[in-house]
Amino acid sequence: MAYLFNTPEDQQAMLAAIGAASLDDLFAMVPRELRLARELDLPPALTEMELWHHAQKLAAQNRSCRELVCFLGGGAYDHFVPAVVDQLAARGEFYTSYTPYQAEASKGNLQAFFEYQTLITRLTGMDVSNASLYDGATAAAEAVLLSLAATGRRRVVLPESLHPAYRQVLATYLAHLDAELVTLPTPQGSLLPDDLAQAVDEQTACVLVQHPNFFGVLEEMPALASLAKRCGALFIAAVDPISLGILKRPGDYGADLVVAEGQSLGNPLQYGGPYLGIMACREPLMRRLPGRIAGQTTDRHGRTCYVLTLQTREQHIRRERATSNICTNQGLLALRAAIYLAVMGPQGLREAATLCLYKSRYLARRLVEASGGRLAPAFQRPTFKEFVLRDRSGRVEALVEQGLAAGYLAGVPLGRWYPQWADGWLLAVTEQRTLSEMEGLCACLAGM
Amino acid sequence: MRNQQATRTLFELSKPGLRGCRLPEPDVPAAALHELLPAELLADAPPPLAELAEPDVVRHFTNLSTQNMSVDTHFYPLGSCTMKYNPKRNERVAQLAGLAELHPLQPDTTVQGLLALLYELAAMLAEIAGLPAVSLQPAAGAHGELTSLLVAAAHFRRRGEQRTKVLAPDSAHGTNPASAAMAGFTAVTVQSTPQGFVDLDDLRRKLDGQVAVFMITNPNTLGMFDPQIRVIAEMVHGAGGLIYLDGANMNAILGICRPGDFGADMMHFNCHKTFSGPHGGGGPGAGPIAVSSDLAPYLPVPLIERTAEGYRLVLDRPHSIGRVRSFFGNVGVLIRAWCYLRTHGARGLREVSTQAVLNANYLLSRIQHILPVPQGNRCMHEFVASAARLKAERGVSAMDIAKRLLDYGFHAPTVYFPPIVKEALMIEPTETESKETLDAFADALHQIVQEPPELLHHAPHSTLHSRPDEVQAARHPVTSWHATRPRPASP
Repeated sequence: MAYLFNTPEDQQAMLAAIGAASLDDLFAMVPRELRLARELDLPPALTEMELWHHAQKLAAQNRSCRELVCFLGGGAYDHFVPAVVDQLAARGEFYTSYTPYQAEASKGNLQAFFEYQTLITRLTGMDVSNASLYDGATAAAEAVLLSLAATGRRRVVLPESLHPAYRQVLATYLAHLDAELVTLPTPQGSLLPDDLAQAVDEQTACVLVQHPNFFGVLEEMPALASLAKRCGALFIAAVDPISLGILKRPGDYGADLVVAEGQSLGNPLQYGGPYLGIMACREPLMRRLPGRIAGQTTDRHGRTCYVLTLQTREQHIRRERATSNICTNQGLLALRAAIYLAVMGPQGLREAATLCLYKSRYLARRLVEASGGRLAPAFQRPTFKEFVLRDRSGRVEALVEQGLAAGYLAGVPLGRWYPQWADGWLLAVTEQRTLSEMEGLCACLAGM
Repeated sequence: MRNQQATRTLFELSKPGLRGCRLPEPDVPAAALHELLPAELLADAPPPLAELAEPDVVRHFTNLSTQNMSVDTHFYPLGSCTMKYNPKRNERVAQLAGLAELHPLQPDTTVQGLLALLYELAAMLAEIAGLPAVSLQPAAGAHGELTSLLVAAAHFRRRGEQRTKVLAPDSAHGTNPASAAMAGFTAVTVQSTPQGFVDLDDLRRKLDGQVAVFMITNPNTLGMFDPQIRVIAEMVHGAGGLIYLDGANMNAILGICRPGDFGADMMHFNCHKTFSGPHGGGGPGAGPIAVSSDLAPYLPVPLIERTAEGYRLVLDRPHSIGRVRSFFGNVGVLIRAWCYLRTHGARGLREVSTQAVLNANYLLSRIQHILPVPQGNRCMHEFVASAARLKAERGVSAMDIAKRLLDYGFHAPTVYFPPIVKEALMIEPTETESKETLDAFADALHQIVQEPPELLHHAPHSTLHSRPDEVQAARHPVTSWHATRPRPASP
């Protein structure tokens, strides 16, 4: 079923105007021998009704976070999304438009991106934000590429406590470039300033630290940032935007670049994408940023307006010398993040962060208490909304399975990424989780 | 009728103490934050976001939305972007809780329906491409290019071949050379002939044992199908290189011909273009890639495997280039692409391309005598007209025409691309427009070219503002709102 308009009579009239004998004649420039001599082998077309029924059946074969109670984290979180976010982002004028190349016909998007950028700079304490990248991991990789270009150095230093997927993406992106990836062990669950001090030197382009890190642990950011900067390396902070409701902003402890996964800011989980790559920097790095940037200017009557700016950084102008190859970004998710932050406001974000903190601390303590000595906190340093427990019996998979059987997405075994912590169990608690859900999880695991 | 107040920025509307969302009181023991977190990490105050009531937020963004042109409201013939109708049925499916509210780290056993859908999508894309192995992970076309070039680099590295160059025609999208550079290759430009096809002599000169990949867009950015494609593929393969097809223009050839059949070793799809995923004001897209069986071992992880026990994600692939993004893919966009393919089937897709090509050729026939199309009187799904003659005779530029079209209620075509056509207007009507719309657009162009140049230089006249001062924007960038900056006067 195609969404078509032209009646057979229209088509004849159009062919006549073109001077073509037939529809087939329109494809004359495709050599016969290259044409597909058969129909594509695809499933038969469904009507809208059949599609809807079939898709509902497929959806019913999944067990969603509305059916199961979600204690999963690891870079994607089940935060509350106010109704206005979905309602506003569903306006066709937003979601069926494209990159605002024609400013006069795209003022809505341009102003929304300008506001998004402003919200992100205020959230992070940075000077400049772009209008989005693909996701947290690719934003981190782009920040590292920026650092290599900006410093002319080739060493990239990061701790093992950085999200494993971010490290994998970085390794993929750097595989054929002149760069060296140095990964520092974090046996205590976070990067020790002394360890970083020994790893950085005049060849270090950047230090990339996640805070809270993959284990939910808060890193010693002020000390780490000053160590990086002492040897002239750029300090990249990968942050959880929700945590900035209560935590110090990266700009306040000296970060040069901030990257983040923006899924938490009003975007659905959707099995990993589309998500929102946040990237912001200090002013001197502005002209090296990848991606779209909306800027404010005036028209010839002096009226305020907005336009995509600093485009000489970009691929369509600079081609192989562009700061990145990115073209289509994640505009609709940036819009959603702007709406989310507008409706949450400073107090709402602070409440969300505080609830995550209280609840995750509560669950960590209760699980340990309820386990009768089997579970213990893995690391000493404070956590935000996620934490790692160690299972002295070494049967984390069984805990997760038991949880699932009782209706809980009960965290993930840390050994999936860290063989040295095969007894580690990673759980996350957002503001959406209730006391009874947490007690329910403890109760279903108590007898194990 | 315009609500000027509601379209002031969020920060001008902000009033201390207002809020749009209230969360429940804690149901677990609370404590002072400084008792739970070290002082050195704790913020002194919440971040200085805007403070608004919920109705403020709704009115603000609703009013902003009305200041956009969009496919739902306007003809949007933005060349190379395939701004076709975005079916509402696909939106509803993608938002089903059983598809939208899935965490990427859920056990495979709890997402069997979604994995089945994605597995079927990959199979359908492989069939359309004529290439057997698909990765659904890339987030957009450019990301698909980068991923594919990394696949090619891994392939040559494993074979012990030192290949450092990637070739692309001068008509290529800027993403092609930019992706080549990001993947660690040197980008080399191949000239086009005056007809817009690859200059085989120039290709021959630049083709050597150092060339890893030739990136080609076919149909190309002039909307022309390069009939030499098989010869090109033989030349490149003969030199040991690979052919990459930039799939931006797949809307012209669905079911007509297949990249794998005409010599491509790898390609990307733009699901947000060809398969109607909405463009979202600049994404999200999805740029799945399809590759030959030789290249399959290098595809990024994870892939979906079908076993007797059901579907599962495969992470352990020893030759894989690794991961290219945090999680599986832009699943929301992929679901919409699946809906599109399932509601079209083989005949529907062929009809899509046929009607897209019919619409483009019809529009070309209506305007070529006022805006010449240097590449000839036929095209595939789009064509590039030139305002060069108009510019020379009357001083009217492609930009003037583009801006004036906004006054007539049409989104502008892509302008000044590809760079090989002077004063280029790249027009792609898509199949989801009527003859009446195309006629109205052509009529508007006929009127515009007769209008006084002075009127056109200052177009648009009916929008909320006229042309922005781009030089000022770039020289003195204002990329976020500041209370202290003196604001230009309002009208």
